[in-house]
Amino acid sequence: MQTLKLTRKEPLSPRITRFRFEHPEGAPLPVFSGGAHVMVEMQDGPVLRRNAYSLISDPLDCSGYEIAVQREDHGRGGSLFMHRDAQPGMLMQIGPAVNLFSLNLAARKHLLIAGGVGITPFLAQLPELARLGAAYELHYAVRARDELAALPMLPDTTRLHVSGEGSRMDLDAILSAQPLGTHLYVCGSARMIETVLDTAAALGWPGDTLHAEEFLAPAPGEPFEVACARSNRTLTVGPHQSMLEALEAAGIDAPWLCRGGACGQCETDVLSCDGTIDHHDHWLEPEERKRKIMPCVSRFRGRLLTIDR
Amino acid sequence: MSATPPPPAPIASRPRYARLQTRRCGAALMVADKSGAAALLALADDAPELMSKASVVLCDAAEHAPALQARGAARLLQTSSTAGLSPAIATLLGDARMGLQVFLAGAEGLIAQVQSQLLSAGVPLGAIQAEHRGTAARRMQCVHCKTVAEDVTVDPYICPGCGRSLYVRDHFSRRVGAFQGVCIDAETPGEVPESVEIRI
Repeated sequence: MQTLKLTRKEPLSPRITRFRFEHPEGAPLPVFSGGAHVMVEMQDGPVLRRNAYSLISDPLDCSGYEIAVQREDHGRGGSLFMHRDAQPGMLMQIGPAVNLFSLNLAARKHLLIAGGVGITPFLAQLPELARLGAAYELHYAVRARDELAALPMLPDTTRLHVSGEGSRMDLDAILSAQPLGTHLYVCGSARMIETVLDTAAALGWPGDTLHAEEFLAPAPGEPFEVACARSNRTLTVGPHQSMLEALEAAGIDAPWLCRGGACGQCETDVLSCDGTIDHHDHWLEPEERKRKIMPCVSRFRGRLLTIDR
Repeated sequence: MSATPPPPAPIASRPRYARLQTRRCGAALMVADKSGAAALLALADDAPELMSKASVVLCDAAEHAPALQARGAARLLQTSSTAGLSPAIATLLGDARMGLQVFLAGAEGLIAQVQSQLLSAGVPLGAIQAEHRGTAARRMQCVHCKTVAEDVTVDPYICPGCGRSLYVRDHFSRRVGAFQGVCIDAETPGEVPESVEIRI
């Protein structure tokens, strides 16, 4: 984590706001690669929140990092904190750039499909693609026109799809017309990602050409008990708390990177399970789900869960 | 007491083959030689719906053409040698799009040569399946003079380009479409072991 100063805050759409962070002394920040995200720490009263946000500024621009945050009125509170409480001049803790959604540079063409706020990782990839002179096609789908954000940052060739106006994206047509060697990148809601990946697979696109990113917020649920065998402690995970947050609050060390069920860092062995694990991650293989859990997003229902922490 | 030496680690680039399996696809490209044609016929029997989307290229396997026609192949091209494969496949790739799934069957040399062409045309590796049938002969590249020798059946073999005795390695180049042959007597000139037949 490094301390950066919030220097600018401006709306990109009614629900999406852009934030710019710079080094407090103006020192250059490390370059990154398009598709990278940072973890933003928010001290929201007594609660320490950590949310991952894609970087949207030019990856080679060291003068600052920019993110775009969509306000989620019924979310856990991180995006509301950013919209209401984060103000220019504030110092905030920002993690290093981590990329789980980078461009495959061996691709002949890049097909980028964004749904809603899922446009964010692509905003940093666009300058990269322009510098590479790479062939690409960007589709940006929203439900209503006022959800379109960052239009001035998009190239003229962007294909907009506004489902409320009847211009829904024709996925079959798009995915059937791509030249050999195209890689597909999709970022948006879970439902949209699933639809795009399922359509691609049905049309014969192999898995090594498909890339998706969705950050999951930890789902709320009933409180539950978790026994930490190595630390010899039993914790209660609150209804709006993730298991990872409960471990951290108790001072039990657990590694993490994305806090969204995608990177695999916090993977934890399950030693015994008298009940049901509600897996919410994109990381574990089906056969691993009996003996492992991702504490950043997954929960437990039942009598007792014992983990190797 | 002498311990048994551990078995040599398998070479990661050594291709692995499996039975051809049907896959959902926008279009199918099937390539086989005489020994591989039976694998295409088995695939066609498993997945008859695949054949109406399939362009089939047979290499020196004219006797199998009627059976593949009978199973409803959309298009059938024939070549008399592996040398003729490349232009036939280039023709078929001309209007190919993502969603193409490829099914290769036959000798390792045929598989290697066609796969190399497909990869350089942009076909993703994950869209290519291969089933090895028939000879254990390999397509070899001399790492010294870069000459590619087809149908190498013995190890070591004599490079037709530079005359060196080459050890047949399991190292495989997907780009070149060949296994690597390395001078076997570089450190002990003239000490060349007797050639043995390559086995699968």
